[in-house]
Amino acid sequence: MALPPDEVRHVARLARLALTDDEVAELAPQLSRILAYAEHVGEVAADDVEPTTHPFAPADVTRPDERRPSLSRDDVLAAAPQVEDHRFAVPRIVSQEG
Amino acid sequence: MTSQALLDDGWELVVGLEVHVELQTNTKMWCGCSTVFGDEPNTNVCEVCTGQPGALPVANEQAVRDAILLGLALQGRIAERCRFHRKNYFYPDLAKNYQISQYDTPLVTDGELVVEVTGDDGGVERRRVGIERLHMEEDTGKSLHVGDTGRLHGADRSLIDYNRCGIPLLEVVSHPDIRDPETAQAYLRELQAVVVATGVSDARMEEGSIRCDANVSVRRVGEELGTRTEIKNLNSVRSLGRAVRYEAQRQLAVIQDGGVIRMETRHWDESRGVTEVLRVKESVTDYRYFPDPDLVEVLSPPQRVEEIARRLPELPAATRARLTGLGVPREQAAVLVANAAVPVFDEAVAAGAEATAAANWLAGDVVGQLAAEDLSLAASGLTGAHLAELTRLIDDGTLSNTLAKEALAGVIASRGASSPAAVAAERGLEQVSDVGELQRIVDDVVAANPDTVAAIRSGNDKAIGALVGQVMKATKGQADPRKTNELLRTAIHG
Ligand SMILES: [Zn+2]
Repeated sequence: MALPPDEVRHVARLARLALTDDEVAELAPQLSRILAYAEHVGEVAADDVEPTTHPFAPADVTRPDERRPSLSRDDVLAAAPQVEDHRFAVPRIVSQEG
Repeated sequence: MTSQALLDDGWELVVGLEVHVELQTNTKMWCGCSTVFGDEPNTNVCEVCTGQPGALPVANEQAVRDAILLGLALQGRIAERCRFHRKNYFYPDLAKNYQISQYDTPLVTDGELVVEVTGDDGGVERRRVGIERLHMEEDTGKSLHVGDTGRLHGADRSLIDYNRCGIPLLEVVSHPDIRDPETAQAYLRELQAVVVATGVSDARMEEGSIRCDANVSVRRVGEELGTRTEIKNLNSVRSLGRAVRYEAQRQLAVIQDGGVIRMETRHWDESRGVTEVLRVKESVTDYRYFPDPDLVEVLSPPQRVEEIARRLPELPAATRARLTGLGVPREQAAVLVANAAVPVFDEAVAAGAEATAAANWLAGDVVGQLAAEDLSLAASGLTGAHLAELTRLIDDGTLSNTLAKEALAGVIASRGASSPAAVAAERGLEQVSDVGELQRIVDDVVAANPDTVAAIRSGNDKAIGALVGQVMKATKGQADPRKTNELLRTAIHG
């Protein structure tokens, strides 16, 4: 079953991707195939199989609360599109916070 | 004072609170970057907290222990296994484009907080507020909006400092059990006190180490829950009360006008005293939560939880009960708890101070002075031993109350380096206890006020206050009031 175009647009919007109608038509069957592929898992996984989030057995992994050197500020800001007052300057924020 | 006075008859306010607590660990939740407040922008930043490709987060052991400790203090159930999820959204203060949080397996569930409010009759009422969950997540960076008044809308550009990004954050979500603004405020205050008692955070609202959002709705009593709005930007316990009151009345007015309440996020404008729509809420599934494949589950075996439980301190409600048992008034006990002054109080009592006197000084002058100087009790250097000495100097007549206040100020000014006795000696604060000198002043005052003296002799005992005042004035406040009274009475009545 092909994913409805509106669903594709919705997912694209959440990922901040602007799709043309042609692209939506092209991507819908592709996304559907990926979903169908993932659904195979449901065919084998019985109700008594817990969902797996990663391949490791439960392991108690934490780190001690000890400081380690951070990056130099120059290195950090090298990735900024624009720098102002040692901060990342970005276009004004529109309300999309969670 | 209850919702009856707030809304029309038959209507009810329903509030649930989401409180974020920033932990006081040395390092961030997933990396070894420092968490120090106020450092130069973007100096406590690494590959992990900015989400560079290939960088792997590892959970901070202390943060997990702190979360368990607070969960236990809130009577919650600790999950033996829990995992982290990615909450996906785009916002520049979060460099990864997702926040690591918890979704379907929070660390703590089913907690509660019992709060005390003043009832209609002026008595104390205890109310239980259920806590749905407490989960671990990470803080976001700090944005500075340039080009307007600091509010988001209309800002020209935003400047981001990622120092705060990744600091361990606990979110405590209450059930919608709150029915009036006073209980909402009492809940926030009590939660703050519990956080301070456990020591996991300094819980300072001004510095943002504890933050509160309120979910508010109204309904006809007995009916289904109404649509709620989420109020943000509540920077104090007082704003919480004001915002909830405003929002409840706004919603009822909309409904009574035939309108409907939309699920939306609203911003509290403290100066104008109104809430304004910030954005219409995306539905929950839009965050596309999924388990973070970079992190393993957090395991909290019962032995570890028991070991952490043994470190649980006396909780605020128990502390207040203990203090009132010692004769400390309820309000003062609450002030001592809220200001983390109980250890100093206990120390003062152990050093011989009377409980009521020690509480009175701490809840009154000490808290007042510290607030005026924006100083914490720990930073002031004031100890229980100082306080015990201060009350002793008052009891033995060395210092009057007025002079004692000055001595106290001196101790705090020296950050605890000078004791009250040392400050008194240094500044010459001791009362005039040289009876000969005091007697001479008393005689002068009696001689200069024959009318007042006559009035006192004919039974107007209160008039003696005026003469005591004159002696005080002549000694610049350094006469012992009791001694002065005694000498005046002897001089007048013989
Ligand atoms: Zn880092």
